[in-house]
Amino acid sequence: MSFLPYGVAAWLFMIGLYGLASSENLIGMVICLAVLQSSTYVLLLAIGYRSHASAPIFADIPPGSRAVDPVVQALTLTDVVVEATVVALLLALAVQAHKRFGTLDPARLNPLRG
Amino acid sequence: MCVFAGGALPLASLLVWGLSGLPAFGDFHGAYALLVDRIVVAQRHATDAVTAVNFDYRALDTLGEEFILFTSVAGLAVLLREQRGERLRAITRGAGEHHFQGASYALRALTLVLVGPVLVLSAYIDAHGAITPGGGFQGGVVGAAALLLVFLGGSYLAMRRLSPHALVEAAEAAGAGGYALVGLGGMVFAAAYFQNFLGLGTPATLISAGTIPLSSLAVGLEVSGAFVLLWAEFLDQALVVRGR
Repeated sequence: MSFLPYGVAAWLFMIGLYGLASSENLIGMVICLAVLQSSTYVLLLAIGYRSHASAPIFADIPPGSRAVDPVVQALTLTDVVVEATVVALLLALAVQAHKRFGTLDPARLNPLRG
Repeated sequence: MCVFAGGALPLASLLVWGLSGLPAFGDFHGAYALLVDRIVVAQRHATDAVTAVNFDYRALDTLGEEFILFTSVAGLAVLLREQRGERLRAITRGAGEHHFQGASYALRALTLVLVGPVLVLSAYIDAHGAITPGGGFQGGVVGAAALLLVFLGGSYLAMRRLSPHALVEAAEAAGAGGYALVGLGGMVFAAAYFQNFLGLGTPATLISAGTIPLSSLAVGLEVSGAFVLLWAEFLDQALVVRGR
């Protein structure tokens, strides 16, 4: 049971990858990429968890109490920001692809069309 | 499907093999994390260890993170610039499609009521980053959401009036530059870039933890500006830009 969060991370990664490979819509592909990347949040937070520990906020618990890892949480925040920027840029590319080719189906984006 | 399975199965087994080498869930003993948890209140007078890591111990990395956002919004503006053969439709009062299509009276009333509290919540999260969960990134996104509420309940025209591009761009740049300046302050008033140089105050009060609230406010301004610009670019594509 103690490996369940890692299993969830692996499952999110693989299901996102499957979505990327099978998607017939560029917007759907971007969302699948977001799902794939969210597996890294689960993994990071799972690694930093300590059993019977509280959040690393010492406003209402005495300093030095047993708390989970704040460093991986800060890294997860960086991860979220990076994902937001990646999704924004990819969606902008999808907008331009739709303007140019009139379709969002990646199989029908024909680079040779004028 | 067969091709995908052929590639995915080895990858999945590799993934599971790699994950099985990790320590069991809940059994973490990273030296750095334990050290931060133990000393953060005494050393930095900040009660939120995550914010202290972000805006103090790893402040330089956060500078890079902030400029990732800054650069990507600039890149977005370049990608979605006015193309050849496109023209911008004037945003005028009374143009029906500039309203959010599904806006009922109930939705409009609700969003109108929510705009103020959301802005206050954003400022609260920005300012209390060093004490409770929050900080510039979270507060900034909440603040940008207030303008999105204006669009949902009012019209695109109202959103653009409240957030002129020049002003939002200036705010974003001021936030990004301000955070870098906090770092420079560390060089001038202390020994190193991003060294905490202000008085640390009493832990868990609003003015405490030295430069952390200052950094948090600057980043909050930058993130709010970045997200407002980002959404305005996409809404422009849907509502204002007309093709050939």
